Amino acid sequence: MTANTRSKSPPRSSLTFVSRSAPYGRNRANLCLDMALAAAVFEQDVSYVFMGDGVYQLLKGQEGSAIGSKTLGNALETLSLYGIENVYADQQALQERGLKKSDLLSGLQTIDNDAIAKLIDSSDTVFNL
Amino acid sequence: MKFSLVIYAAPYSTESASSALRFAKSVLEQGHELYRVFFFGDGVHNASRLAIVAQDELNLQRQWDELIVDHAIDSVVCVSSALRRGILDQAEADRHDLGQASAYESSEVAGLGQLIDAAIHSDRVINFG
Repeated sequence: MTANTRSKSPPRSSLTFVSRSAPYGRNRANLCLDMALAAAVFEQDVSYVFMGDGVYQLLKGQEGSAIGSKTLGNALETLSLYGIENVYADQQALQERGLKKSDLLSGLQTIDNDAIAKLIDSSDTVFNL
Repeated sequence: MKFSLVIYAAPYSTESASSALRFAKSVLEQGHELYRVFFFGDGVHNASRLAIVAQDELNLQRQWDELIVDHAIDSVVCVSSALRRGILDQAEADRHDLGQASAYESSEVAGLGQLIDAAIHSDRVINFG
């Protein structure tokens, strides 16, 4: 990520990132995180929604080193440091997988389908990975 | 309308990169503007100039290069995705003493800021892969 292309403050846009992949089998979760962080660095309004198997990214107690990976959960815990405060876990996806909010990292909210639809509708751009 | 395309898919593995190419051609044929094409993750392989493809098959990498050159499209390969996959422009190849560039010159190797800029300035961002 290079910030040196920023000569002046860019126009503000609302970008929503929908992350649907489990954390380690593929790199999609990491790509989504990289995009969201870049958007935050460039001072955009970022929302980050975890849907489907994407909610597994939010589990507490991840240990990526066991498979020679960085621990994605650790990176997700730093989102607020980048100014990403709107972090949502899909309520239905959690229920379907038997997950409770207490199983998850702190600092996120649950969101229902109607609210997800509204969020997507009100966003300028949606990335879905 | 101003479009930007984000391509996550490697060539040949799935139909996605080929679909993206055909979509790009249609965008231009119908008189729209392509603000930027951004190759991310495995999608950076679409910018490889070292591919050799059977004569009776479509050389996707070359087709991308020709489209980008013919229409002077702003094409960017994500630097962090590209370097770890061996997709190097001449500057990176020189810097790491690796001989020749493996990326077509028609694409610029740059950061995710270019993707966020595309999201801000395009009417539509279409994801492939």
